Amino acid sequence: MKGRRGAALLILLVAFALIAAACGDDDGGTTTAADGGTATTAAGTPTTAAGTATTAAPDMMVPDDFQVGMILVGPQNDRGWSQAHYEAGLYVMEKLGLPEANLIVLDKVNTADRPETTLPDVVADMIDQGADVIFATSDDMRDGIEQAAGQFPDVPMIWSSGDSAWVDGKAYKADLSNLGNIMGRMYYGKAIAGCAAALTTQTGNLTYLGPLINDETRRLVNSVYLGARYCYENYAGGDPDDLSFEVKWIGFWFNIPGFTLDPTQVTNEFLAAGSDVVVSGIDTTEALVRAGQEQDAGNAIWAVPYDYEDACAEAPEACLGVPYFHWGPEYLKVAEDVIAGSYTRDFVWAGPDWGDLNNRDTTAIGWYDGDALAADAAGSLAEFIAGLASGEIDLWVGPLNNQDGSVWLGDGEKATDFQLWYTEQLLEGIVGASAAE
Amino acid sequence: MNDLVRRLRVPVVSVVLALAATWLLLVVVDAPPLDALWQIWNGSLGRLSKIPDTLIAWVPLTLAAAGLIVTFQAGMWNIGVEGQIVMGAIGAAFVVRELSGPPAVVIVAAFVVGALFGIFWALIPGYLRTRFGVHEIFSGVALVFVASAIAVYLIIGPWSRTGVASTSGTDLFEERYWLPTVGADEYSWLAILVAVAAVVAIAVLMRGTRYGLRLKAVGKNHHSAFLMGIPTNAYMLSAFAMCGALAGIAGTVQALGFHHKLVPSISGNYGFLAILVVLLAGFRALWTAPIALFFAAMLVGSTQLSLRLGIDSSLAGVIQGMLVLFILVVGAWQAQRTRRLARRAETATTAGGG
Repeated sequence: MKGRRGAALLILLVAFALIAAACGDDDGGTTTAADGGTATTAAGTPTTAAGTATTAAPDMMVPDDFQVGMILVGPQNDRGWSQAHYEAGLYVMEKLGLPEANLIVLDKVNTADRPETTLPDVVADMIDQGADVIFATSDDMRDGIEQAAGQFPDVPMIWSSGDSAWVDGKAYKADLSNLGNIMGRMYYGKAIAGCAAALTTQTGNLTYLGPLINDETRRLVNSVYLGARYCYENYAGGDPDDLSFEVKWIGFWFNIPGFTLDPTQVTNEFLAAGSDVVVSGIDTTEALVRAGQEQDAGNAIWAVPYDYEDACAEAPEACLGVPYFHWGPEYLKVAEDVIAGSYTRDFVWAGPDWGDLNNRDTTAIGWYDGDALAADAAGSLAEFIAGLASGEIDLWVGPLNNQDGSVWLGDGEKATDFQLWYTEQLLEGIVGASAAE
Repeated sequence: MNDLVRRLRVPVVSVVLALAATWLLLVVVDAPPLDALWQIWNGSLGRLSKIPDTLIAWVPLTLAAAGLIVTFQAGMWNIGVEGQIVMGAIGAAFVVRELSGPPAVVIVAAFVVGALFGIFWALIPGYLRTRFGVHEIFSGVALVFVASAIAVYLIIGPWSRTGVASTSGTDLFEERYWLPTVGADEYSWLAILVAVAAVVAIAVLMRGTRYGLRLKAVGKNHHSAFLMGIPTNAYMLSAFAMCGALAGIAGTVQALGFHHKLVPSISGNYGFLAILVVLLAGFRALWTAPIALFFAAMLVGSTQLSLRLGIDSSLAGVIQGMLVLFILVVGAWQAQRTRRLARRAETATTAGGG
């Protein structure tokens, strides 16, 4: 009898656990666009790959039944990576004059959240539903989207942040002629983030909340580091060698309990070790939330979130600013080309519009100052951005050494796109793992 | 006939209640209920192209459920089955990563090693239970976490992609070691064959053999079974081993037939879900197959709610959870009623017999 009752209790527990798992990770928040700070406009002339204004050509005939399939790795309201893509999808619909319903979205497409689904299944479903183009918006989707592109060679697809269409890249897939890539030159945004961190820190102890380790994430960590060193030396008047800079990796783009480290926990460790500015490289806003709690308790702790233009809204009192993606302009180009029947796959690594870093129609990456950035720091930061814009400041020039002491860039050597994209190691001076340990 | 009606009452009543509650929920969130249910059906079993996707979820769920039938019959809660699936997948992944040979040989070896890994992982709680009296629920849950941790370690560490450390998964296995499929579809006839064979074998074993009978005796009354001369510990360990083997095979199917690589969530919660399947099936092996199919259809079909109706994907999870809860509540109610009736009948006979 006793055993039976215990069993019934256990069943109920399991059932509740299933329900909790189903609705646990959703904060259900709605968001308003772009109130996360004041716009930073960089003076200076556009240098590399600045966008030109994109709007749907007025004479273009957009069929009413044109549909876009968009696959997100995380929740569509994550205030980070996935939401930035989702809103870019809405932007495309708006520019094409199509209803939101023509954007087919499936979020949380990863093996932990949807163990019964594979990416090719999702692509097949979307095509079945009438999608004319598919956006697979995560590095994590490499295997799946390459498989799907092979299965549906007539449907144009984009794998964002990937390199499968880069003829000179390491992983070029010549046969997948329907699969293109789009990425933003976020290393600029991350350098700006590092600069804001260095201009604010009081302890000289900067930390980076890293997702998983790959070429992209090493590139971005290095960029934060270079930006921080430059600004610490040139604006804050400090010795950059006094700056300490540590990265810890959680293991994935966002927290998956049991499979990754808990980002809140990692942030706590950073703070306990004396860090006062945490730069986030993960898809979600845990670092900023923690910093906000500290600010509310009267402690001088700041954070720099990532990915999404309105990310600062989570805790404006602790937010130094946010480097973010505007996927919209490039996605719109693809959609227009698909409608016109002229899409050819390409590897696009789109840069900022230095003329207006926050122009949603022209820039692939941007930066907003946060409320917590002090006025004089904001002034120096604007100067720094202007320097990047004019090309006067180039951080990716040697001599720069890898973490193991080997030379990454020789004296005066400028990093090529290939060297930047395939960043093999963290830079000398950064504490943390460059690769699997 | 009457018996069939009685047996069908719980599933039918609970599904009807659950559907009614789902209906209400959908109305509350302003979604068209009929359309939503239609989409779930259409996205799982109602369309020819989706049936393979549903069967892909059905296979590991059914394998784990078949295995759990055995441990339940022996009176044990092998809740660690989830971890045994993970270990099976690790074993299989090891074989296809390290061995090279004719696909048929390598795939068979992967199944064998996967099953062995599952057995090993199941025998630990079995041993702790029979030797030290440690309850298998506690050791089982702990071992789920350990198995996950091993998978994550392998994926981030020794088996990581070149230059990458991500829980995203290992490199894809060589394509020739993927489970054979029919045509261009991802439909692995081998996996389905294995699952069907497992269900039938377990049903026969439990109903038609001396082993099954004795195992049931161990489960019903451990002490008297022992006094009757049944080697109860050996029987309990064999039940764990059998469940572990089937779970390991489920893990192998997940690795070679579905993900085609090792991912941390390779077990897909199918082990935990299988516990519910077995409870709903009333510990009858043959019933696990259709009940698992229902769950698989819900899982796979509910993706359509997000895709076609724009319903937040977590709502699909809530609907699944409600279905499970209702089925359990009605099941528990029914069980209690049966017991009350039985007790009344018992008192009546005792009184009558004097």
